[in-house]
Amino acid sequence: MKIGVFVCHCGSNIAGTVDVVKVAEEARKLPDVAFASDTMYACSEPGQDGIINAIKDLDLDGVVVASCTPRMHEPTFRKTLERAGLNRYMFEMANIREHVSWVGKDKEANTKKALDLVAMAVAKLTQGKALISKKFDINKRVLVIGGGVAGIQAALDCADGGLDVILVEKTTSIGGKMSKLDKTFPTVDCSSCILGPKMVDVAQHPNITLYAASEVEKIDGYVGNYQVAITKKATYVDWDACTGCGLCMEKCPSKKSTDYFNEEVGTTTAINILFPQAIPKKASIDADFCIKLIKDKCGICAKVCPTNAIQYDQQDEIVTEPVGAIIVATGYDLFDYTKYGEYGGGRYPDVITSMQYERLLSASGPTGGHVKRPSDGKEPKTIVFIQCVGSRDKSIGRPYCSGFCCMYTAKQAILTKDHMPDSQSYVFYMDIRAPGKLYDEFIRRAMEEYGTQYVRGRVSMLYPKNGSLVVRGADTLLGKQVEIEADLVVLAVGAESAVGASKLAEKLRISYDNYGFYMESHPKLRPVETNTAGVFLAGSCQGPKDIPQSVGQGSAAAAKVLVLFSKDQLESDPQVSVVDIKRCVGCGKCIETCPFGAIEEIDFRGMTKSNVIETICQGCGICTSTCPQGAIQLQNFTDNQILAEVNVLCQQTLEKSFE
Amino acid sequence: MSADSGKELRIVGFLCNWCSYGGADTAGVGRFQQPTDLRIIRVPCSGRVDPLFVLKSLVNGADGVLVSGCHPRDCHYSEGNYYARRRLEVLKRFLPVLGIDTRRFEYTWVSASEGQKWKTVVEKFTEGIHELGPAPVIDATMIAKAQILAATAL
Repeated sequence: MKIGVFVCHCGSNIAGTVDVVKVAEEARKLPDVAFASDTMYACSEPGQDGIINAIKDLDLDGVVVASCTPRMHEPTFRKTLERAGLNRYMFEMANIREHVSWVGKDKEANTKKALDLVAMAVAKLTQGKALISKKFDINKRVLVIGGGVAGIQAALDCADGGLDVILVEKTTSIGGKMSKLDKTFPTVDCSSCILGPKMVDVAQHPNITLYAASEVEKIDGYVGNYQVAITKKATYVDWDACTGCGLCMEKCPSKKSTDYFNEEVGTTTAINILFPQAIPKKASIDADFCIKLIKDKCGICAKVCPTNAIQYDQQDEIVTEPVGAIIVATGYDLFDYTKYGEYGGGRYPDVITSMQYERLLSASGPTGGHVKRPSDGKEPKTIVFIQCVGSRDKSIGRPYCSGFCCMYTAKQAILTKDHMPDSQSYVFYMDIRAPGKLYDEFIRRAMEEYGTQYVRGRVSMLYPKNGSLVVRGADTLLGKQVEIEADLVVLAVGAESAVGASKLAEKLRISYDNYGFYMESHPKLRPVETNTAGVFLAGSCQGPKDIPQSVGQGSAAAAKVLVLFSKDQLESDPQVSVVDIKRCVGCGKCIETCPFGAIEEIDFRGMTKSNVIETICQGCGICTSTCPQGAIQLQNFTDNQILAEVNVLCQQTLEKSFE
Repeated sequence: MSADSGKELRIVGFLCNWCSYGGADTAGVGRFQQPTDLRIIRVPCSGRVDPLFVLKSLVNGADGVLVSGCHPRDCHYSEGNYYARRRLEVLKRFLPVLGIDTRRFEYTWVSASEGQKWKTVVEKFTEGIHELGPAPVIDATMIAKAQILAATAL
């Protein structure tokens, strides 16, 4: 076998702490290596041309590139090999950047380690073989999970691109967090005026099937051919019959139900339509508060409903939808500020979250847009905003910046002045983070035009005094303590991953970070892809994002799906398990262990054997390490290939000692 | 540590592609300095790690073997790390039978975002192996001992 080795300098990234010239020299001495050289940037055009020329000139059978992680550039170099006429799987990478040059400063030790990694890659490649992809049909339908602004944008873009879209939303209406907002920064335009039309578009688009009050139960299959089981939760109302007239809401006697949409500012009725612009505009019953469902009394809504839509005996229903790709847009949840003792831990009614304040400001909110503080319904005159509640605080396990709180606090300060011209707002902040277009100007306006007092420092305690709250904190710019008597305190709560995000990740087989946000495939170059083919991310499920970013990601994810579906067939990854029919004894252990049901029992000339269904196999190799015969081998990660790597590292052989 | 003292030991790592290999990459991107003894073999899933790979490494002269996969419940292949956990736990109990110190083998879970954790894992494991020193070399006297044992055992 003739193998070419290319050792990349990566500028000084590798060459700075690894003697790349020496690695190339030593690599040349390895068995099966016909050519070895160092190259400045292997991934650049001249670098790739160098590889292609060497393959053609020396008639190489395989290539090893020692550079960065294969998770980064393996696809790049495989394409290079194809351009030179080699099979794309006659390629191995030695990761001498992330695993060597970046984690060690000792040049001698690094060089030795790099050479070992190169030798391992060469040894693995000598045991490798050419693999050919197969083509399979795909189902050009897309599932969007989450009907917030990112999910809505993704669904609309996919639908406009001609795809069938299944949109699944957990609550009874789409709209997400944005639908709860009164106004949006930095334009101060009405949130429902810009979101409302999009929501209506979703409802009316012929290509979109909307499942509200539904959750994803189970996901089977693989890119191009997923089977998704969706639970339609019982709403106790026949939505085909419900016209959204709202008569039931007027008559319902259970008026103390939790109002989730209004962030529990005020209460709602047990049967309710989430908000006036809800899509779908259908009533649903909160089983925790409905007198009929709890005590089997009442039944007024059924009597008043003009279309007889009420069904007290409705059950959850499971529907299965076949799709080819999935966009996850499950968003975020707000930090629970009661973890902070210094802000009262939830004891003071006049300490509210920014989202509750948003509902107070909203004309469609529980107070009709008049700011009334929860304790006595009076209009507050002095309002204190506290930023970074649940952001940038290691002590509560939230070291990250939620990104949008500085902006929405400035917006709320501006709106406060608009609503109550004689009010005064104070903002306690750590740093102002306003890096978007027109964002910093917006903060300036809040300070200069609207007279908001910004105090740089943290609040140490709150205590009630004569019906108001004394906010004691530090002003680090003046270097002294400040005390403000506030009528209302608004906490700028940060974002955290949505409740249940990890459970959904397990169903989707995507990974998430320490805080529960989903991991993108590459932080810079593949921001909406995941490591699971056919699953894409949009919006805050990947990390806190404001509206423009969420919309941008929604469109980006839709574009990725449209790219995926631009072909009628996809190429399967040939790195799948293959059964050696002569060795297989038909024990069926692989069939039992396969997590995907990708192995079937077949009858081969009267004998029981295993057979891998290539399109279903995901290439985990669990079967390979299970098979007692070594008959089923995961291609490109065969026993021989892995043992070849082990042998390079561990060369004390027993045979030698016996001689 | 090892490089400083000039005596590197042979440590083999089997890392799953999706979590731990990514975690080691993240550690690299974060420039978290680590001892240089470890050589990483990439496998698709910790469930791909045949316990015999670990044994083969140890018997053939590795001073330590580290297997790392995704956290339980977070496997890219749903349940591969559960298979790994069972197999490797059994292997761990079996090692003394072969006369191998169990401290020379460890399995752990590191996710793709846990660069800092990966550094800690590598540091701790390398330190442990350095405390144990190089694995005993199988030489003529050991072979002779084994032969006598084999002869008398019957």
